[in-house]
Amino acid sequence: MANIFPKWVNTVPIKVIVALLLIKTAIVLGITYYFSPQYTRVGYAPTQPVAFSHEFHAGTLEIDCRYCHTFVEQSGHSNVPGTNVCMSCHSMVLKDDARLATVRQSYDSGEPIPWVRVHKVPDYVYFNHAVHVNRGISCVECHGKVDEMEVVYHAKQLSMGFCLECHRNPEDYIRPVEEVYNLDWERPTDPGAVKEIEEFVHDWGVNPPQSCSGCHR
Amino acid sequence: MRLFLTIYVLVIVATVSILGFRGSLTEKEPVEVFNDMDRQAKYKPQAENSFYANGQNDRLPPKLTVSRGNALEIKDVFSTEFTSSTSSEELVLSGKDANGEFSDYFPYPVDFELMQYGQESYNIFCMTCHGAAGDGNGVTKQYGILATSYHDDRLRDAPDGYIYDVITNGKGLMYGLKDRLSNEQRWAIVLYLRALQRSQSAPLESLSTTEKSELGL
Repeated sequence: MANIFPKWVNTVPIKVIVALLLIKTAIVLGITYYFSPQYTRVGYAPTQPVAFSHEFHAGTLEIDCRYCHTFVEQSGHSNVPGTNVCMSCHSMVLKDDARLATVRQSYDSGEPIPWVRVHKVPDYVYFNHAVHVNRGISCVECHGKVDEMEVVYHAKQLSMGFCLECHRNPEDYIRPVEEVYNLDWERPTDPGAVKEIEEFVHDWGVNPPQSCSGCHR
Repeated sequence: MRLFLTIYVLVIVATVSILGFRGSLTEKEPVEVFNDMDRQAKYKPQAENSFYANGQNDRLPPKLTVSRGNALEIKDVFSTEFTSSTSSEELVLSGKDANGEFSDYFPYPVDFELMQYGQESYNIFCMTCHGAAGDGNGVTKQYGILATSYHDDRLRDAPDGYIYDVITNGKGLMYGLKDRLSNEQRWAIVLYLRALQRSQSAPLESLSTTEKSELGL
């Protein structure tokens, strides 16, 4: 009796299984890699209406963050400065420079500059800047090394897992309050100093909420 | 099978080359899956609002209202007929006594805490131009900002109220800082500025023997 199936059919099942496994692996890896804030948010660097360099102002000139973002210690919202803050120097420095034309125009007319917001948590997350910076959580923990950014980009994930990581282990992120605006501060490695820092959590009564209502209302 | 593998590899290469890697700088806005939840129709600080002519959400406080806990110049929101009940209130606000002269009376109790507050505020808002020692050698000097040195007789003899007024309203090319600093913060800076002046022109007799030996005198 002649064979109903040719001989190559013998390997078909194993080939189909291998192909399916490969496809499945590719899809799983692809989703893990791309469906993550580490891909969708990190690296977002929109072009701003004025090419303001944090690297120069905060890095080279070492102007304190609060010179411009003045109310971060008092307010839940860290303010973007008005153009009068820009002009308090730029009425003298580069006062006719074309790159600052938008700033001068805004200062004269009162029309705000349409800055593109880089870091934004969803509207159902109620993040409060003041409570974090006043309890030893530095700008750098969420915004990265802004003083080294020519163009500000989204450096951290700002996902819920990212928040909870710190809310569960605040002692790994807390620092002396006077170092909050020093983005170059390095965590000490010797056990004595580490212990001293870990005690801030207890001494300042830091008790980061891990329940839903801590951040969602 | 060979055909399948070729297509498989091609698809992966195409996906990676289109989507790129995690963290690479991009102008692409972060993906928001549930957009109506992520961006709700509500008023947020410094946000856009097409309802108002200048497109800003934030409104100036209406006349005759006082905002809670904010550093607004209280006088601006009272009617012009308003006179404060005690002269010290007026002094805190303007640095002037009942006769309209700059007063040498310091309206807050002086303690170490206020001095530290003054130092912190000075180092944020004044140091960049006036220098850490108040000698006018700030980091902005090389860019053409000529800031006053505090160490001359004119400013050593000037009343506290005058210095407070300059911080508040500015003078010459210097912009006022009343929109960013609270009254108490400005007075704290006056206090620290006095300490700077004293540190730079202290007579030898005012030092104790230990201090003298530390300086090798």
